[in-house]
Amino acid sequence: MRRGWRNAGTWAGAIIVGIAAFCAVFAPLLVPHDPFAQDLGKRLLVPFWMPGTDPNHLLGTDQLGRDYLARLIYGCRISMMIGVSVSLVSGVIGITLGVLGGFMGGRVDDVVLFAITTRLSLPVVLVALAVVGLLGSSMTLLMITLGLLLWERFAVVARSTTMQVRNLDFVAAAWCAGCSRFRILAGEVLPNIASHLVVVATLEIALAILLEAALSFLGLGVPPPLPSWGLMIAEAKDYMFFSPWVIVIPGVCLFVLVLGINLLGDGLRDMLGARSDT
Amino acid sequence: MTALLEIEKLEVTFGRTAAVRGASLAVAPGETHCLVGESGCGKSVTALSVMNLLVRNARRRAERLAFQGEDLLKLSDSGMARLRGNAMAMIFQEPMTSLNPAYTVGSQMTEVLRRHKRASQRAATDRAADLLARVGITAPGMRLGQFPHQLSGGLRQRVMIAMALMCDPQLLIADEPTTALDVTVQAQILRLLAGLQRDLGLGLLLITHDLGIVARVATRVSVMYAGEVVESAPTAELFANPRHPYTQGLLRCVPVPGKIRRDQPLGAIPGTVPRVGPDFEGCAFRERCDFADETCKHAIPRHHASTAHDFLCRLPA
Amino acid sequence: MIAIEVRNARKTFKAGKRTVVAVDDVSLSVPEGGVMGIVGESGCGKSTLARLVLGLLPADSGDIAIDGQRLADLDRKARARLIQPVFQDPFASLNPLARVRDIVAMPLVAQGRFGKADITKTVQEMLARVGLGKEMGGRLPSELSGGQRQRVAIARALVLRPRIVVCDEPTSALDVSVQAQILNLLAELRRDLGLTYLFISHNLAVVEHVASEVAVMYLGRLVEREPTETLFAAPEHPYTKALLASVLTPEPGLGVPDVGLGDTLPDPANIPPGCRFHPRCPIAEPRCATTTPPLKPRPNGGVECLLA
Repeated sequence: MRRGWRNAGTWAGAIIVGIAAFCAVFAPLLVPHDPFAQDLGKRLLVPFWMPGTDPNHLLGTDQLGRDYLARLIYGCRISMMIGVSVSLVSGVIGITLGVLGGFMGGRVDDVVLFAITTRLSLPVVLVALAVVGLLGSSMTLLMITLGLLLWERFAVVARSTTMQVRNLDFVAAAWCAGCSRFRILAGEVLPNIASHLVVVATLEIALAILLEAALSFLGLGVPPPLPSWGLMIAEAKDYMFFSPWVIVIPGVCLFVLVLGINLLGDGLRDMLGARSDT
Repeated sequence: MTALLEIEKLEVTFGRTAAVRGASLAVAPGETHCLVGESGCGKSVTALSVMNLLVRNARRRAERLAFQGEDLLKLSDSGMARLRGNAMAMIFQEPMTSLNPAYTVGSQMTEVLRRHKRASQRAATDRAADLLARVGITAPGMRLGQFPHQLSGGLRQRVMIAMALMCDPQLLIADEPTTALDVTVQAQILRLLAGLQRDLGLGLLLITHDLGIVARVATRVSVMYAGEVVESAPTAELFANPRHPYTQGLLRCVPVPGKIRRDQPLGAIPGTVPRVGPDFEGCAFRERCDFADETCKHAIPRHHASTAHDFLCRLPA
Repeated sequence: MIAIEVRNARKTFKAGKRTVVAVDDVSLSVPEGGVMGIVGESGCGKSTLARLVLGLLPADSGDIAIDGQRLADLDRKARARLIQPVFQDPFASLNPLARVRDIVAMPLVAQGRFGKADITKTVQEMLARVGLGKEMGGRLPSELSGGQRQRVAIARALVLRPRIVVCDEPTSALDVSVQAQILNLLAELRRDLGLTYLFISHNLAVVEHVASEVAVMYLGRLVEREPTETLFAAPEHPYTKALLASVLTPEPGLGVPDVGLGDTLPDPANIPPGCRFHPRCPIAEPRCATTTPPLKPRPNGGVECLLA
């Protein structure tokens, strides 16, 4: 019974993430209107479930008359781009450090541990705010800043799993077979810790998406007029009492996407964990 | 004399896999009955189904499963809990999995007695110390205050045995009790078990893969293969006159110092134990057997070599 | 020609504040084509010795030479061509994500001078040699039985045609019928390929069957070394005697022997002074607790016991 629920959760997560990825990749083909085109005559149109809706704008329009559905789909694209690229940058940093520390041990490991501790003592949001505040906001800068800040979970997991795998006999056998360190790392160690890292990656994507939304909401993330969900929420807050959908729609989307990614991550952990037991 | 434990046509399935397929055996009081076989042959599952400790998705069926004449199939969970650790006790291969790491040896040992026999703490502690001394532990008073992780593997297994004896069981089931131990410690523990069994008149069901252990301690042997008891006989007779090709093969596999010249190969059984479904018919050993033919694909009759010696093979002679 | 020469090897590990002496001043040599069995209880240092000989661990002090060359002077490729391992647990010794043919090909690929076609052909031959069919090449380790996995491990060890194979409890995780298959295979391969084995096991009956010479280890030291026949016929060290007594041969009616050792167990972090076996020794005398026994040479071996 519990298994059934967990499976359902994994499936729900996979479907949500699948839809989001689809929207992100095919955003230009999916949108009914240009998400940047303003039409001040059609400001704050209501979505389809409310009386007085315009059939051309399914989810209505925002305060500048831009199609809300189009902006939402482009916002999804931005969220996914941020999530994936931040996770890639931090993954490369974290996995490299973690695997090196775990595999080499000794001094190298001491340095890696020190780096992880240092990173953990930095407040992510404050540092990100400071960097963006100093250098101005741009999407590339945001990706790099978050990527440089969110690698510690990759490093911790890569380090501990590498230490476990390093002591297994098949690594000893590869050593005796005359393999180079690089071949052992790439051919024997990395593939066997990859499943754990995939799980970390999903969690990091969710975290990066939330952080981007938070920074954009504060005006220090994605610069307008880009339709980030965080920025949409920020822009909508002045109208939330008379047109609550403008804040509810991106808010719910953000919530559902992050939930979906986390469900998928949990499911992956269970599946991959169960396999490594046998 | 009636049997202490009777198992008739026991069947245990896990989904599409049949772990035990119609196994029958009986343990008489004061007898050491060895259940021998390779991994996956169903010997541990047989023991666990006697104790009703099978995992939840297992299905247990039997024509008869009785302890001292009492039908275990009809017994409620609480009735079973009353028997377990009391009149019948079990020890496992890895004592660490059955000892609670958070409690001292003493508190775990006395708890059994206090629960089943409502003994006072004082009496229970005395008995625990007595039994630790009985299983050859020096300074039992000190050991009672220690935690399981402070003991070596051999000591832990002794503690497990002492704990199993707390309530004077009539039947002791030991599942590979010495497999995780060093050879010298193994000999000590087996010697201890054999001595206790003799002195206390226990019925002992000893599960092992080691024919050396079987030869040295068993009064009777049941050989299991793919969920069936393929041969059952008094120990001396089984080793002198094994009738089932699997038993014969197993005996040839074991290197015995001084018996086989070094440059000669051991007698090996080709292949591995097959996984068998619930509706498998015929002899499960036929794929690995030198004597197999078409008739082995059909139901096999049980032959008697003597009154106490039976085997499951189409070849009567 | 000496295949393996270990001279005064010593290896310690730090476990917290305690120092564990795993291998303590061990010397031993194995002639080419010989099978040296190493026996002892868990924690006696026999696996550490195997790892020292394989070059997996550096020795703290002492010399190890393989085929006449110092292990420290060999590069990884040359070492791989000389000596290979077969480990105990065939579930841990194969990369769970690699196909059988890639596992067996790994030592060839690591040499970096064989062509693809060459490698495929050699791997094919090697798999057939250890009794695995062609179709096994594409399987994953999880699709194989314990015996088949150990065959894969043996194929990987022999694919470079090394002179020496270190077998660390190669059959301990296997069922008896499969153990016999693997022991026969190892014996056959040794005969055909002229291999030298360092064969580590806790099972004396197995060692008796495969080894030409046996070394008994206790708490990091070699306490007795003899040709197999001599050791089994006339063991001198009381520990060897106890080990032999605890072998349970399948002979009914003999009962379980009294090994005669107390229940104090050896602790490699706290090695007793004098003879390290004296706290468990059934015939220990007072001087055993104070005097370290010297090696008493025998015609083909030696024993470290004051009373031998």
